[in-house]
Amino acid sequence: MLTVKDLNAWYGRSHILQGIGLEIAAGEAVCMIGRNGAGKTTTLRSIMGLVQRRSGTVLFEGTDIIALPTHRRFAMGLAYVPEERRIVGGLSVLENIRLGLVASPNLKREGEIIDRVAETFPRLKERLSQQADTLSGGEQQMLAIARAMVSDPKLIMLDEPSEGIMPVLVDEMFELFARMKARGITILIVEQNVERALQLADRAYVVDQGEIVHSGDAKALLADREIQERYCSV
Amino acid sequence: MTVDLFLLQLFTGLALGSIFVLVALGLSLIFGLLTIVNFAHGQFFMLGAYVGAFVLGMTGNFWLSLIAVPLAVGAVGMLCERFLVRPLYGRGIDYPLLLTYGLGLILLETVRILAGTQGIPFNTPPVLSGAADLGFFFFPKYRLFLIAITAIILVALWLFLERTSYGLIIRAGARDQEIVQVLGVDVGRVWLVVFGVGVAIAGLAGVLAAPIRGVFPEMGVPVLVEAFVVTVVGGMGSLLGAVVAGLAVGVTVSFTSFFYPEMATLSMFLLMALVLVFRPRGLFGRAGLLG
Repeated sequence: MLTVKDLNAWYGRSHILQGIGLEIAAGEAVCMIGRNGAGKTTTLRSIMGLVQRRSGTVLFEGTDIIALPTHRRFAMGLAYVPEERRIVGGLSVLENIRLGLVASPNLKREGEIIDRVAETFPRLKERLSQQADTLSGGEQQMLAIARAMVSDPKLIMLDEPSEGIMPVLVDEMFELFARMKARGITILIVEQNVERALQLADRAYVVDQGEIVHSGDAKALLADREIQERYCSV
Repeated sequence: MTVDLFLLQLFTGLALGSIFVLVALGLSLIFGLLTIVNFAHGQFFMLGAYVGAFVLGMTGNFWLSLIAVPLAVGAVGMLCERFLVRPLYGRGIDYPLLLTYGLGLILLETVRILAGTQGIPFNTPPVLSGAADLGFFFFPKYRLFLIAITAIILVALWLFLERTSYGLIIRAGARDQEIVQVLGVDVGRVWLVVFGVGVAIAGLAGVLAAPIRGVFPEMGVPVLVEAFVVTVVGGMGSLLGAVVAGLAVGVTVSFTSFFYPEMATLSMFLLMALVLVFRPRGLFGRAGLLG
């Protein structure tokens, strides 16, 4: 579904991604792990078209999207839940969810979709009319995921979803990801919580200094303490 | 000061403030979303008055000019955004500032060349001339109409922003452009519309002000200054701020011109200085918008 070849990205003069390559098949859950600053977030942002200076190939369902603007990538079925959630303050919870629908054909079925969100996220259901920035960190993360899911994306990219969230909610969230995967949604997840991410994922990539240094079966990597220590410990 | 005199000055101030509100609203809308200080805004106001005078001259219908002006001025604004402003996005605030300043000069000179430097008459439509009896006092009908139509435009704009998908995108985009893009919105198109709507309102304000202020090429110059005072008092980028501050500035000027006419123009700057001393970001502004 997604093939990334020789992806390079720069912020100013810093050469952040130095030839990243990865492959994700439809229905797969893949995780990227590595230290802070290794280039995980930049990889996701480049795939979504949010990095100005970039080169390489990003094939999504056979089409090279490297030069496409972000909104066209969304229209093709890519979704991105950024770090720190990026809930829009000043809007209600419901308005934030609707924001995920405005550019989607699903806008026509708004009522039905909102009901679906309420069913999947009971915590949000009670708070639909509340200001979104009054939600707790975990609830905001749920909202960010709901907002990305209402357009029924084919591939969803999750950037550090468990960061700064209560353990109970982290459990709840990873159960949700497992259900999403079971429904056939392809997932690319970046996580500091390595164990959790590897348990969810089928395969994993280890990123270090803007390059892929290791890739393989997630469960095998879960058992490989050495690689985890070398590339993931802070 | 008697009650009826007080009310008369208050209403005069509100009518004056209505024009301020409309001009500042567009300025604030454009700044809030595009982070562009539109120095050509006053010239779009002037353009509105001229287009209005032209349509009125051709058809004799004032109401038709109220419809034609925002459409025509909005279209000119959208062309300017698409071909002049757009290439400058993401380059810092000074580039579009210089561009719009130059654009304003071009618009001004073009109108001088096409319509002359003298100015042209614009009569108050007959239905709205004369005064209405408001019980306590007689008040010019046209100024009453100004207050009413401003209220209607404000309600329409509010409904557009609060009740439509487009409005939702605009409100969200003012706070976080990137997330709006991630959620599939072509923000370039939204900026185009916002710029168009902003200058269309300025054009409408121009034709509405024409029966009071007259129509002449330089009419947009003081208006830009007044609109800046209002946006600074209300808070850059805040629409509620533009409304409250616009009316407040209008009322301040109106009362000062009654008690101490020499100070009338200066009073708005004093008000601005006072607000800046006690609340540097303006009444409803967010801090560090340019940060």
